[in-house]
Amino acid sequence: MTRPRIVPQRGFNLDYLMWLFTRISGLAIILLSLVSIIAALYMGARTQMDLPTFLRWAFFPNPNHVVNSNIPDVTVGWANAFWQIMSMLIVFFAFTHAANGLRMIMEDYLGHSFWQPIMRGVLLLLWLFMIIVAVYVILSS
Amino acid sequence: MAFGKYIGWKGVTYRGGGPMLTFLLHRITALGIILFVGLHVLSSFAMQQLVGDTVGTALNIIYESWWFQIFVVFCVIFHTLNGLRITILDIFPRMLKFQREAIWLEWAIFIPLYALTVFVLFRTGLVGG
Repeated sequence: MTRPRIVPQRGFNLDYLMWLFTRISGLAIILLSLVSIIAALYMGARTQMDLPTFLRWAFFPNPNHVVNSNIPDVTVGWANAFWQIMSMLIVFFAFTHAANGLRMIMEDYLGHSFWQPIMRGVLLLLWLFMIIVAVYVILSS
Repeated sequence: MAFGKYIGWKGVTYRGGGPMLTFLLHRITALGIILFVGLHVLSSFAMQQLVGDTVGTALNIIYESWWFQIFVVFCVIFHTLNGLRITILDIFPRMLKFQREAIWLEWAIFIPLYALTVFVLFRTGLVGG
């Protein structure tokens, strides 16, 4: 049962958009992490944080990630709406990048079969669930 | 199997070289990151919302251990560097003929960076603290 591989069509469609989004979100995650790193150093991370805390803050700027450091008062500077929005942006980019990556790996093995729309639906639900849980964690921490 | 073909052992011994290896590692590290970040979000939710010893504490013990972090750091650093290489080559498609050189450059950055991280993790793991 050998079938020819179905190559994505040229033009403005889901595959092209997600190809573009994967690159842009990858760069966006790196840039957002750099912003977190620079801001953390500016707020005194060099003398008040150890390296693991610093990296935790870099990838997910959440006040829970820095409570184990020597920072005297986490609520000043480290816990505010700016960092909540930064966390949500990283969560959105990361989970969408991840869900699309899983979709590509899945479709490499399944092809255009009966299972494809079902697995796409499962991935969509998983993506939505993870984003809701992460935003809940951000807003209540 | 994919598209009805059974590849078997030939799939393992296929001599795709450097690009094939980065392709495989990109997928494996992607799954590693998804596993780690997904469990981390769920355990954070459990730690925050549930009282007492929960599944969150159990997951925390696993991914805060230094041997698991050696795996996670490999995934994150490799996936970032390889993704950056793919993005840069896609922005400048004329550079694609230097793809193999780009992969060597990527390993030249990755190996010292990862070796240093593993050294720090090992020292912390063995001394404790």
